[in-house]
This record gives sequence, structure tokens and C-alpha cells, in this order.
Amino acid sequence: MNLEQIREKLGYQPLLLGVVALLASAALAFASEATREAIAAAEAKDMRDSLAELLPPGFADNDLLADRIEIERDGQPLTVYRARSGGKVKGAVFRVAERGYAADIQILMAVDAEGRTLGVRVVKHAETPGLGDKIEVKKDAWIKSFDGKSLGDPAPEKWAVKKDGGIYDQFAGATITPRAVVKAVKGGLAFYASHRREILGE
Amino acid sequence: MRYGEIVRNGLWEQNVVFAQLLAMCPAMAVTTSGTNGLGMGLATTAVLVVANVLVSLIRHTVSSQVRIPVFVVLIATLVTVVDLVMNAWLHELYKVLGLFIALIVVNCAILGRAEAFAVKSGVLASAVDGLAMGLGFTGALTLIGLIREFLGAGTLFAQASNLLGPAFAIIEMKLAGYDGALLMILPPGGFAVLGFLLAGKQVLEKWLAGRRTSAVAPAAA
Repeated sequence: MNLEQIREKLGYQPLLLGVVALLASAALAFASEATREAIAAAEAKDMRDSLAELLPPGFADNDLLADRIEIERDGQPLTVYRARSGGKVKGAVFRVAERGYAADIQILMAVDAEGRTLGVRVVKHAETPGLGDKIEVKKDAWIKSFDGKSLGDPAPEKWAVKKDGGIYDQFAGATITPRAVVKAVKGGLAFYASHRREILGE
Repeated sequence: MRYGEIVRNGLWEQNVVFAQLLAMCPAMAVTTSGTNGLGMGLATTAVLVVANVLVSLIRHTVSSQVRIPVFVVLIATLVTVVDLVMNAWLHELYKVLGLFIALIVVNCAILGRAEAFAVKSGVLASAVDGLAMGLGFTGALTLIGLIREFLGAGTLFAQASNLLGPAFAIIEMKLAGYDGALLMILPPGGFAVLGFLLAGKQVLEKWLAGRRTSAVAPAAA
């Protein structure tokens, strides 16, 4: 019996599907296993790079990735990385997220011990290219307008885009995106304020 | 089929976007800039070549009744492996292209080529077909992206150096004093540009055909 006749048998088709699925699963399992360490290392490096970009040079002398605590926020554990200098906590870095135009905008922000922002960076978003993506530091300096701001400076009602009576620029044709970022950063500062003692380890 | 014909089909006669009107989802979603179009096109080309070769290799083993699920599993596995490998060892490139890679799974052009070509053809011809179709797709996406980017943002190849390396910063261009018409970046702009390009292709082909007949006519007379 040649291949052509075997191919037409009813039993051949489920067997073929099964073998293909098995081979595909094996390939995926192998690829996942082979790349796991390299991906983890690459992501840790990304994290280290963005931490280094957020904090002023020489701000911390510890490995932030190793010095982290978990604090509950809205029922979810949130990882807070602590920046120390001479053993004393000088600032904290953590993620905040807010629903943007298309999906959640993931933001990494650094706050100093007094609750002023040291830096804000968008790490992941799905905003409209050419419009909402000006929140990326690579494309626009807008995100730097948060540097040095705190909950009291500007006043709480000024923590909004200009269209809503605040101090932050919106982009032409895209208000929802910067509005979400402003809200996320403000929320992050409020989170820091209410957990300040825990984070500073006082 | 001669290789020259395969290449011409991929690049022009049966161009994925301009002739087959396949893969409209990535073609509309990603082409907000020339750089994005180029990145998506190159990633798709790589997957298309490998998928075509694999399908061609197993074409005698797969019975036609179950070929579609087999090809879908094959393509999805391939894309996932490419995604993992790029994330692990080409991480900088992955940060730029990562978003597009996952989109390739739903690119009907790849299944389309498996069905229309690779399942009936030899390995080498399938590889050539994948490459030609992929490059045709890349060209189409880059062209649509460049037009939308130019009209919509007044730039050409913005951020190309992120994709291709710092040496390519030289091809990034900005039209001074023009911030662009927002509509062109948004979905309607994509459809409008594609429509005009399709119409332009028709006009060009009619004109070429007309020239050919008028060149032949005197000789016949």
C-alpha cells in the first residue's frame, strides 16, 4: 500500500493531527525552555536600564532589583523597588497603570523620600502611533514635565491636562492618553504618600 | 513555473496587498509610518519563507482533508518560536518588532501562500515564492506607511534608526512647518491611501497594456 492510499484512510487523519500537535507542542516546550533564561536576563536588563534612566546619576548605590517590597494596592500586590544611598532609603520606584485610549498604559515612576517625582517613563502602551505615542520619551519630552512635581505642587486641582484646567499639555488630537498618564502619576504619588513610612522602613 | 515568474508574481502581478487584497488587517493597522511598515514586512517575510518551506516539505504526508488545521498549527508554532527566540537573543530588535510578530499569526497571506503555492510546489520554488511574496508585501506596507506618514505627520522614516540601527538615522526626514493631517494616520487615511494606490495601479496597468498593443499593431499592419 503506497502513501496515497494510506492518506485516504480514516484513521490516518486523526493520527496525523495528533502527531503534528505533539511535534508542535514539543517544539514550543523546547523553545520556551531554551529561551527562558535569556528572556529573563534581557527583561532584568531592561528593568535595570529603565531604573537607571529614572533616577539621577549617583542617586542610589544599591541594586534596586534586589531590594524590593510588596505592598498591597487595590487588592493587588505591587512591587516597590527601593533606592538606597548609604543604607538609607532615598526613593522608591514602582509601576502604575491607567486605562488609556486603547489599553492599559503601564508606567514606571520614581519618587524621592519627600514624595517628589524623580522621573516617569511609559514602559508599555498601545496608544495610536503618531498621536498618543508622544508619551514615550523617545518620541517627545512631554513625559519629563512630571519631573520634580509632587502632590502639593501643583495644587491637586491643577493635576490635570490644560483642557481640564490643569498644567499639563495635551497632544493635538489626543487628550485621553495624556489625561490617563496624569491620573496614573497622581495616583502613584497618592499611593506613595499613604505608604511612605512602610516604604522608607521607618 | 520559472523562478522569474514566481518573483514577478510576488512583487507585482499577485502582490499580497495590491493584487490579492489579503492581509488587510496588518496592512491597515501597522502602516502609520514607513518604519513600521518596513518592520512588519520584514518580520512577515521571514515567517513566510520558513512556513512555505515547511509546508512544502510535508506536502506529501498531509492529506487534503486535514491540511488547514495542520498548516494553522504549523504557522502558529513557527511564529511563537520566532517570538521567543527574538525576545531572548535579539532583544533590542524585539522591542521594536515584538508587537508585530504576534500579529503575523493572523496574517492570512501566510496560510494563503501555503494553500495556493507551497502545498503544490517543490521546496526551492516555495522558498522563492515566500521571499518574493514577502518582499512584495514589505514594499506595499512601506509605501502605504510612507505616504500616510508624510501626509499625516510630515515625516519620512521617522524612528528608522530604532529599527535598522543608528547608521540609518540619515534616512529620517522631517518636512519643516507641516505637522500633518491627523486623518491620514487614523484608519480612514489608511483606506483612502490604499484606494488611491489601487486605482493608480489600475491606471498604470491599462496604460502599459495600451502601449503594448499600439507597439504591436504597426508591426502587424
